Amino acid sequence: MTLDAGICSNGHVSYPTHPLCPECGEPQEETVDLSDRTAEVVTWTHSTATPPGVREPNTLAIVEFDITDLDEASDEFVRALGQVTTDEVETGDTVEPVYVEELRDPEAGIKVPESQDWGGYRWDPV
Amino acid sequence: MGVAVIGASMTKFGQRDAWIRELLSQAGEECLTDAGVAPDDVEHLYVSNMASGEFEGQTGIMNLLAHDLGVLPAYSERVDQTSSSGGAGIYEAWQSVASGASEMTLLVGGEKMTHKTTGQATDIIASITHPDEYKHGVTLPSFAGMTARHYLERFDAPRESLARVAVKNHRNGVDNPKAQFQKEITMEKALESPIIADPLRLYDFCPITDGSAALMFTTEERAKEITDEYALVSGIGGATDTHVVHERDDPTIMGGVVESSKQAYEMAGLSPDDLDVAELHDMFTILEFLQLEGIGVAEQGTAWELAMDGATAKDGDLPINTSGGLKSKGHPLGASGVAQGVEIYEQLVGEAGPRQVDADTALACNVGGFGNCVITTIMEAAE
Ligand SMILES: [Zn+2]
Repeated sequence: MTLDAGICSNGHVSYPTHPLCPECGEPQEETVDLSDRTAEVVTWTHSTATPPGVREPNTLAIVEFDITDLDEASDEFVRALGQVTTDEVETGDTVEPVYVEELRDPEAGIKVPESQDWGGYRWDPV
Repeated sequence: MGVAVIGASMTKFGQRDAWIRELLSQAGEECLTDAGVAPDDVEHLYVSNMASGEFEGQTGIMNLLAHDLGVLPAYSERVDQTSSSGGAGIYEAWQSVASGASEMTLLVGGEKMTHKTTGQATDIIASITHPDEYKHGVTLPSFAGMTARHYLERFDAPRESLARVAVKNHRNGVDNPKAQFQKEITMEKALESPIIADPLRLYDFCPITDGSAALMFTTEERAKEITDEYALVSGIGGATDTHVVHERDDPTIMGGVVESSKQAYEMAGLSPDDLDVAELHDMFTILEFLQLEGIGVAEQGTAWELAMDGATAKDGDLPINTSGGLKSKGHPLGASGVAQGVEIYEQLVGEAGPRQVDADTALACNVGGFGNCVITTIMEAAE
C-alpha cells in the first residue's frame, strides 16, 4: 500500500493527487509515496457527532510531511488529513501512517459504496 | 445597469411541518406581495437549494415553484453551491438584471432538513467533501474544530472569545421573530455545553433547520417607479477555494472570503471602513473571526479581540449578525444566504424593527462548505 501525493514537472506536491497541479496547472504525472515517512500534527479534534458508519469519537488530525529531502520537489512540505489511531494526540506530535482496510462502513452513509475506495492511512503517534 | 432589491420575505425558521414545496411557495408568495409585483411580471426565477433530492426525494423544484407561483413562462433555474447556494442565487439574480436579460427577478432559497436524524443530515452535508476526506468520516463541524484549535493556539486567543460570538448572536436572535431560537444564553451555558468537535461545543454550532427566504430584484429605474424604499446591490463577488481543506496554504485564511470581498469592494468603490452592518456566515463561531479577517475588518489573528470588546455587538462599532446569524436564526442551507440578504435589505430600508441599526451600507458574506465557495454582497440604501 502507498500514500500517494501527486507531483508536477515544476515540483509542486499535493495530497491527494489531482489531474492538473493546483499550483501551476501542469499535469501531475508522477507520485511520491509518503507512507514510509513520519509527519507532525498541525491540528486535531475529537469529533463526537459522527455520521452513520463512522467510529465515535472520531479523532482526526491534519499532519505535515517534511519533504525538503526530495530533490524533485520544490515544496518544503505537504499536508494530509486522516483519522488518528488513538484519542491521545497533541499538536506537534510525530506520527507515522498505518494502513487500515476500511476507515468507515461504506454501506451506512449516503454515498454509493462502489463510487470510491474506503481504505487509507491513520496517524499513529510514535 | 443598476440593480435594486425591492422586496423581501422569510418564513419562520426552525422545525417545521411543511416540506420543501410549501416552504418555498410561502416565502415566494410573501415576497411578491412585499414587493408589490404581480406573478406575471416575473421574468426570471432562481431557487437556491442544496439538496432537496437527498433530503426529501423532490427534484426539479424550480419548475415546481414557478408553476405554484404562477410566474410561467419565466426562465427558472435551481442554484446549488452547497451552504452558499443562497449567496450564489443573489449573484445569479444580480447578473440576470445587470445583463439586461431580466427586468424582474425573484430569488427564493429554501431547505427542508429536520426530518432527518442529526447523523443523516451531517452525512448529507459531509458528502460535499473530497472522497479522500469523506472516507475518514470528516464532517464540517470537525473542520471547524481543527481550525478553531489551530487559531486559538497560534494567535493565543482565549476560548472564551468564541463563546462570546454565540452569546452575542443568541442575544440578537431574541429580537428576530423568524429565528429558530429566540433565547439568550449565558457564557457558562456555552462553555459547558457538550463537546462536538473539541475545542468546539454544542453552542459553537448552528442548528439544523427548515425554512425559506426570498428577495425581489429589478433595475434601479423600475425600482424608482415602484417604490421609495429600496436598496441597491452596489458590489458583489464570488470565489472558490481548494476543495480539499488541508491543501490551503494557511488554515486560518479563507481565500474565497478574501477574493470575493475584494471584488465586491472594488465594484462598489468602498472599503471595510465604510460598512455600517454585516451578516457573516456563523455556521460555526470560529467562522465569524475568519470572515471578519477575510473581509478586511480585522487583521489576521485579531478578530477575537472584537468579540471580547463588544465591537461586533448590536451597539458596537460594526454590528455583526443583527438577525441572530445562522447561530440563532438557524441554517436551512439554501435559504441562509438569501436570509442574510433579507436582513441587510431590511436594515437599509428601515424595516428591521427592534433589530434596527443606523445603516446606509451593509455587507453579507455567505460561505459554502468550509470556505470552499464564497459570495460577498454589498448593498446600499437608495438615496
Ligand atoms: Zn505545479
